[in-house]
Amino acid sequence: MAREMRKHFDVLTIGGGPAGLAASVRAAECGLRVGIVDDNLTLGGQIWRGDVEDCTSEAAAWVERLSALEIEMLCGTRVFDVAKNLVWAEGTDATYELGFTKLVLATGARERFLPFPGWTLPNVMGAGGLQALVKSGLPIAGKRVVVAGSGPLLLAVAAYLRKHGAGIPIICEQASWSRLAQFGFALLQQPQKIAQGLSLKRELAGIPFAANSWPISAVGQDVIKQVIISRNGRSETIACDYLACGFHLVPNVELAALIGCRLRNGYVETDEFQQTSVPEVYCVGEPTGIGGLELSRVEGEIAGFTAGGNRDAAGKLFATRRRLQKFAGALDRTFRIRPELRSLPLAQTIVCRCEDVTYARLRQQRSWRAAKLQTRCGMGPCQGRVCGPATQFLFGWISDSVRPPVFPTRFSTLAAMSPDAEHSQVTGGN
Amino acid sequence: MRKPITVKVNGKPIVVPFGSTVAVAVMMAESACRKSVNGERRGPLCGIGNCFECRVTIGENTYCRSCQVLCQPEMEVSTDG
Repeated sequence: MAREMRKHFDVLTIGGGPAGLAASVRAAECGLRVGIVDDNLTLGGQIWRGDVEDCTSEAAAWVERLSALEIEMLCGTRVFDVAKNLVWAEGTDATYELGFTKLVLATGARERFLPFPGWTLPNVMGAGGLQALVKSGLPIAGKRVVVAGSGPLLLAVAAYLRKHGAGIPIICEQASWSRLAQFGFALLQQPQKIAQGLSLKRELAGIPFAANSWPISAVGQDVIKQVIISRNGRSETIACDYLACGFHLVPNVELAALIGCRLRNGYVETDEFQQTSVPEVYCVGEPTGIGGLELSRVEGEIAGFTAGGNRDAAGKLFATRRRLQKFAGALDRTFRIRPELRSLPLAQTIVCRCEDVTYARLRQQRSWRAAKLQTRCGMGPCQGRVCGPATQFLFGWISDSVRPPVFPTRFSTLAAMSPDAEHSQVTGGN
Repeated sequence: MRKPITVKVNGKPIVVPFGSTVAVAVMMAESACRKSVNGERRGPLCGIGNCFECRVTIGENTYCRSCQVLCQPEMEVSTDG
């Protein structure tokens, strides 16, 4: 059976991306005992995946500050339940019961996947998903990768893959040129974003970029061999080894919902100090609105300072946050998914990959709950993390309940939990 | 640069760069990770531990998300894809 470990922190941060790192460092600088727990093998989140090993990177600098401040880092450890002032997490060989006085949720975002014929074939992956695999060692030199979907991540992924030797025949962005042009205007008000944009422009030189374009079908027997895209209304077939396809990002709000934090339009609502509707629970970064690295870091710092009792320092960052939030608003408007993509799945297209539930079966259902009961959609191991956002887009369904464990968990872990603990009862439960 | 690592995927030795995840080894072996409920071959999708499509058996442990586990020398990975 797994070892059981108990620890207590003044501030516990869930998620070790830029927002969580910044919150943890600021809180620890105020003299608090801080712990950080993250499902991934190393800190840095998705945006800095693999960067921690590069000692010249910003990620490495943050982790160095974490070490200097004696912040406890629990990587490869996944939180699956929360109770009043307590979270439970599972590592490879231990179960953790982590007490806290204040909690910072920095749970980040994931890619939105939308179903189309063939999207379940091997080597059809998320755009960020393929990049993560390449960062984890997958050789990509000499492979042809079509990058498709929506959002600025597509450009970053295409640049990264090309730098590692992949051929990128095309980048397909579903947003229209007019939406993208407005986004370009919003960028002009953000100097550091312009710099990023320009450096990417050099790295992307020569790769065709098609707006108004999206995949209609992935074709192949055992793996994808070609993708059919709709490019400005015309279909085109492109041979490829991989299709890297993600439709912008959706926030990870499962833990916040489990705790009882108030959500608004799918995001966690916070006040100006990043406090959620639940006392002593803060939320920072993408779960409060998809805004990118700089906004995440500033929100993290505000929460860290506030948790540490230094509201003056937190207040000094409000203006910066306001400026960066404008960029978040522009992202939202620009990369909203166009309604035409609702007609991509055919009757037999799988929507819920865990349970192999087809579009034909789902379109007869009235709600997420009805779909779960009647078809098992969303009842598999991903617990709706993939099909939830997809069905929200396709049918307008809102997943209305989150129950522990929020991730599949070993029986031995559940057995080790204290039987008298009040689970998910921070504000009276769900 | 540390030395590459050899693991076995369904009994076949696969050499991966040091620091690779098990998902990388499975993809390099040109193997699917799992068979779906209706028997379709599936490989990794999200790459970050959310989708569970990349789950495999590592040694005795079933249901491991291969994208979240590092390759270790002599690891035995089996897939049903």
